Amino acid sequence: MGRKLLIDKVNVPDIETYEVYRKEGGYRSVEKALKTMTPEEVVEEVKKSGLRGRGGAGFPTGMKWSFLAKPEGIPRYLVCNADESEPGTFKDRYLMEKIPHYLVEGMITSSYALGANTSYIYIRGEYMWVLHILEKAIAEAYANGWLGKNILGTGYNLDLYVTCGAGAYICGEETALLESLEGKRGNPRMKPPFPAVKGLWQSPTVVNNVETIAAVVPIINDGGDEYAKIGIGKSTGTKLISACGNINKPGVYEIELGIPVEEFLYSDEYCGGIKNGKKLKACIPGGSSVPIIPHFLVCKTAKGEDRLMSYESLADGGFATGSMLGSGGFIVYDEDQCVVRNTWNLARFYRHESCGQCSPCREGTGWMEKVLYHIENGTGKMDDIDLLWDIQRRIEGNTICPLGDAAAWPVAAAIRHFREEFEWHIKNPQLAQTKNYGLVAEKVFEIAQ
Amino acid sequence: MTTTDQKIEFSPENMQLVKRLMGEYPEGKHKSALLRILHIAQKQFDGWLSADTMNYVAEVMNLKPIEVYEVATFYSMYFTKPVGKYVFDVCHTGPCMIEGAEKLCNHIENRLGVKQGETTPDGLFSWRGVECLGACGYAPMLQLGDSFREHLTPEIVDQLIAELKNKV
Repeated sequence: MGRKLLIDKVNVPDIETYEVYRKEGGYRSVEKALKTMTPEEVVEEVKKSGLRGRGGAGFPTGMKWSFLAKPEGIPRYLVCNADESEPGTFKDRYLMEKIPHYLVEGMITSSYALGANTSYIYIRGEYMWVLHILEKAIAEAYANGWLGKNILGTGYNLDLYVTCGAGAYICGEETALLESLEGKRGNPRMKPPFPAVKGLWQSPTVVNNVETIAAVVPIINDGGDEYAKIGIGKSTGTKLISACGNINKPGVYEIELGIPVEEFLYSDEYCGGIKNGKKLKACIPGGSSVPIIPHFLVCKTAKGEDRLMSYESLADGGFATGSMLGSGGFIVYDEDQCVVRNTWNLARFYRHESCGQCSPCREGTGWMEKVLYHIENGTGKMDDIDLLWDIQRRIEGNTICPLGDAAAWPVAAAIRHFREEFEWHIKNPQLAQTKNYGLVAEKVFEIAQ
Repeated sequence: MTTTDQKIEFSPENMQLVKRLMGEYPEGKHKSALLRILHIAQKQFDGWLSADTMNYVAEVMNLKPIEVYEVATFYSMYFTKPVGKYVFDVCHTGPCMIEGAEKLCNHIENRLGVKQGETTPDGLFSWRGVECLGACGYAPMLQLGDSFREHLTPEIVDQLIAELKNKV
């Protein structure tokens, strides 16, 4: 059993209430930070921990915090990104729903470190019931003196509020989130200036993922060095992985970074293997935006080494043979799944979620969806594969925000690794409408629908 | 069905909540509360945002109507046309698709007898396919109001429809 820091206590009865959470050692990090540490010392511990952003980008959190501008007389803000919308990702919801005080505690300790006196949690509108759970936890924290004026008699003031989106994947991008938090359409901003200099209402702002902020709690309680002992290389600590698709045990798991992918996928402690005794066909290990990898590159790298659940190992081989840890949305496909259909489905997602600001993304995502639809439904042409490749190449890197890249990568990876399957759809237009292309060319079977 | 005949005014409880939410932001920044307030308005005024409702929200929040319209039309959870009393938002993205979301959509379409985006003649039900709702491990699923219904089967959906019909 690996160590669990974040969801260790999810099964303690009534852990969502303040009384039980406190009795289980909750809010110690706030006491320790506010009473015995300067804000700079808290930032220093987070730097030492090696914690990296858990929302997907994996940028070192301590470094992000140290970029925060501190001009005199201008307020600074901490904003928690709880807009979890990446297909395959449902870990933040689990944490907030089960142990809401964990996030509240992390927000207080982190806000103190950054010198913020007002902080916001921005949660996706579809998680409305979770918003109510968080508001209840925040009210309890106020009632017990952890929020408000002069917290613990230290002179530190903090107000914490929750607000919500209303259905827009793009608002998970930090500058779109800030626009939305200002009550506007979620159109990403040009960078620079970065939010650390001009963020919410043009004030210096840090935007962190739910899990990142929660991880600050054990880092302050046990020290950054202790946290850094868990994991491997530059992938320190634990990570929540939400596993779904054709596996026996879908759900949210906390792993020590660095465990073998094989163990995660096949052991009963985690995914429990592929459902119905089927074989693995492919895996998207970090949410729908990261490259899909074929079965023979899931548990082993191209060099033949064991693939590990870490930022570095999952990316080993670059996009040619690797993928990314991303947000930890681990999607598993068995031998019966159609890569073309799946890629079309994800292309539709990105077309729907493109905000429309940049032409390459607005137009390109729609074209990719249409071309993929034709191939999937037996009306594609052989040139379409190269056309798709060309479109995705022209989107990547040519947009204000990373949604363009996120839309391009899944298409590129599907063609890179499963080109034969695209060709089969084009060469067998009749069959493509009624059958799926399996793990190997000989295996063609009825579509389940 | 339309809200234009009825008087558009927040209930006292909602007005209190709206005022509280606007107070959660610094002086002059209360526009930040717009998204939450539109959810409240949509819920109170028949599940959708008519031009009158949006104008009313603009007036309450001291915003220009266009500031409300442009937000209401950007986000997928707001309806700017009338919808049924109960709206099934069925997730049909990747992980839900491989767990049978398309089959579920077909079932709902047959059972309700209306296509996605349409409302049953009795005004009770609308349904649509939506993009990832963050319940991939509990697929297939749908959202109904503030709640998620997960691990769905055609039987569970039939039961849900029957329950909702009985409520009326």
